[in-house]
Amino acid sequence: MQKLTAAISGLLFGAGLTISGMVNPMKVLNFLDLFGTHDFTLVFVMGGGLITTMIGYQLLLRRPKPLFTDCFQIPETKLIDAKLVGGAALFGLGWGMTGICPGPAIAGLVFGYSQSFIFVVAMSVGILIARALTNGRNGA
Amino acid sequence: MSPTEFTPYPGLVGGILIGLAAIILMAGNGRILGASGIFGGLLTLNFDKNFVWRAIFIICMLISTAWFALFNGIAQQMAFGSTPMLTAIGGVIVGIGVYIGNGCTSGHGICGNARFSKRSFVATCTFMAVSIVTVYVIRHVMGA
Repeated sequence: MQKLTAAISGLLFGAGLTISGMVNPMKVLNFLDLFGTHDFTLVFVMGGGLITTMIGYQLLLRRPKPLFTDCFQIPETKLIDAKLVGGAALFGLGWGMTGICPGPAIAGLVFGYSQSFIFVVAMSVGILIARALTNGRNGA
Repeated sequence: MSPTEFTPYPGLVGGILIGLAAIILMAGNGRILGASGIFGGLLTLNFDKNFVWRAIFIICMLISTAWFALFNGIAQQMAFGSTPMLTAIGGVIVGIGVYIGNGCTSGHGICGNARFSKRSFVATCTFMAVSIVTVYVIRHVMGA
């Protein structure tokens, strides 16, 4: 059942990224370009996703445990440190340079553009570099 | 840069579907839906139980993307705003950033904020601000 859950979730996630248009890097860049192109679609994607998830989590996380595993795996750390802010800043830099974040990057592979492959390979290298530098103490 | 059409309704529908994906993964498996974490977990090449569900998630996500793209022509609209070199550099930076910052747009931006995590709120504000400034500098200062 855990596999089926992951399958349904993956299908919905891919559908959401595709229908919303977020797999298209230019659409993301045209949102981030607040002073230029004004494609505010991303606000509706993030807003719709956030509100839906907020309602769902409110109902779910009151339950003692998930349906098919023993516990909810929620990060417990509350620490706001340089790693969190620095990591998020680096992510923002790379996202701004390309208009590509991890979900749409992976989904976009199916269209066969060479830039999609370049990004995913480069992102994998980045993850592996960071893991090596932190000795794997910090799972993303 | 090329213009794209403002499409709020497909955007909202897509956003709700992403939300449902996050809810289902939490309801069934008790997991946060973070694209970078799920993908990064595969790179460990530890072929354990977690590897299996992550691989299934990614494969189904790819199938679904290919299927729904048949109906909205997104494959043909795909446009990259960066040169291949900039894409490669940006990709490495994204990889390092999501690893040390513990998440990306889905994990922090949607799931973390949905459970009112202060860490995710700080991370989201940071990456949104930096990405907006980056695009401003590239497009309006450097004039690319």
